[in-house]
Amino acid sequence: MHTKRMDPLHRTDPIYALAFIIPTLLVIGFIAFWPLGQTFYNSLFKSSLMYPQNRIFVGFSNYGKLFQDSRFLNDLWNTIRFSLWSVGIETLMGILIALMLNREFKFRGLVRAAVLIPWAIPTVVSSQMWRWMYNDNYGIINTFLLSLHVIKNPVVWLGFPATAMPAIISVDIWKTTPFMILLILAGLQMIPKELYEAARIDGANAWQRFWSITFPMIRPTIGIALIFRTLDAMRVFDIVYVMTKGAANTETISVYNQWTLFTKGFISPFFGYGSAMSVTIFLIISIFAIFYVKTMKIRLD
Amino acid sequence: MRHKKLRKFFFYMGVIIVLTYFLFPFYWAVVSSIRPVSELFSTHQSLIPFKIQFKNYVQVFTERPFARNILNSTIVAGSATLLCLVIGSLTGYAIARLKFAGKMLVMLFILSVSMFPQVSILGALFQILKSAKLINTYPGLIIPYIALTIPLTVWTLQNFFRDMPKELEEAAYMDGSGKLSTFLKIVLPLSAPGLVATGLLTFIFSWNEFLFALTFEQLPKMYTVPVAIAMFTGYYVVPWGQIMAASVIVTVPLVVLVLIFQNKIIAGMTAGSVKG
Repeated sequence: MHTKRMDPLHRTDPIYALAFIIPTLLVIGFIAFWPLGQTFYNSLFKSSLMYPQNRIFVGFSNYGKLFQDSRFLNDLWNTIRFSLWSVGIETLMGILIALMLNREFKFRGLVRAAVLIPWAIPTVVSSQMWRWMYNDNYGIINTFLLSLHVIKNPVVWLGFPATAMPAIISVDIWKTTPFMILLILAGLQMIPKELYEAARIDGANAWQRFWSITFPMIRPTIGIALIFRTLDAMRVFDIVYVMTKGAANTETISVYNQWTLFTKGFISPFFGYGSAMSVTIFLIISIFAIFYVKTMKIRLD
Repeated sequence: MRHKKLRKFFFYMGVIIVLTYFLFPFYWAVVSSIRPVSELFSTHQSLIPFKIQFKNYVQVFTERPFARNILNSTIVAGSATLLCLVIGSLTGYAIARLKFAGKMLVMLFILSVSMFPQVSILGALFQILKSAKLINTYPGLIIPYIALTIPLTVWTLQNFFRDMPKELEEAAYMDGSGKLSTFLKIVLPLSAPGLVATGLLTFIFSWNEFLFALTFEQLPKMYTVPVAIAMFTGYYVVPWGQIMAASVIVTVPLVVLVLIFQNKIIAGMTAGSVKG
């Protein structure tokens, strides 16, 4: 920097940098950080959304109540359950299908485009499409299973805890496996072909080639995809809201939180309690996020 | 020889299974949207519809403000995308090329927003937007969407700017061009592919977003498409035919977008995560 002082490209330019950066900082300041601070402030009161003037300062007692709220703890477990199953199965399917699409074959471009579509459409739309297929009276899934004699009577898929959560997980898998496939596929395409040729000359079979070349090479990609997806899955709202509204023990923390803030806390004094829940959810996700930042080697300079 | 043929057979079987898995729900939505009600609500639906009618497609527009909902989504997602690209490209450029103290901190600050669970700022953001009289308005959704999509935009674009050859910018500086005019005249035109890729992702995200739209737009005429489709109800039965028709209507443009910009979208999705 000192040696290149005269070169305009290498001069420090705080004024331009500030002007270029300030709009972004303003937007995220107003829309993300200010509300976050405000949420924390709200969490210290017993208040409702509509009558904030009637609030009572209660300190941290909302947080204490939260950890005695069996519904919250149950929903937290539901969220973890949902995330583990969904992300786990997605990863396996993602690797398998990506390996398949990594081969040269006719219509490969078409298949890749088809895979992208479930990812691109609104989650609300995919949830409605699947809700219709899972419909107990007229759904294609029951019709199909009945005709194969797999089931004797129509199953109310979204009505019972034993089947509702798996049904919801299946929709999330369908919707987000494409993300896994395309990320892993991009990772696969960066592996130099020579590695495989060398291994083949050494007499390694397909299984050995996968474990000694492919998997180690795509592991970083899988790691990043896993973290992205886990963070996403922990925040799940749309699918549950549309498919069951949280019935049949499918409620997740986001669904419960939204309901507490805007339905229960609308006129009765639970808005502060809901805010404490929001802060707690933020902290839970942050723990994952810190893990994420540490895993991903951010290249800044 | 036989062995090879068999393997090829299994491979294509696999391809067909994958295609069916990802595409059947769309096929079924189309079929359900054009079936007459008498066939739709029957326990023995054929895989191929024998009678076809387009009543649902008409009703979606005549019985509901669905045209308005599409317009709302277009305005909100379109404006959010354009503004996000303007703001995000400036910031991305500053991070990629300009020298200033605390760059790492700024980047971490911006990226941290992408981890925010939306629900954790939902209540307070509602209060803020309400006191600014922005509930049930377009800016009340556009501004939050810019904030949600800007981290990814800045990240992808700064990666893109970093990969551009420096020589052209250097030449412009030598000719006495300023930072802003160099950015506008040299850098932006060259980065059009990166802008398109990021813009598509921002648009798709804003078009699909549900939680904020559900909370900040409470009048049916202000609903965006996802909220409208989630809220479809009838007097006696769930209007499945109409729900499917509406789903097909909003899926078609996205399918076209995906088919045209496939490579760009994938480039945007994988940027940063594979390279990083």
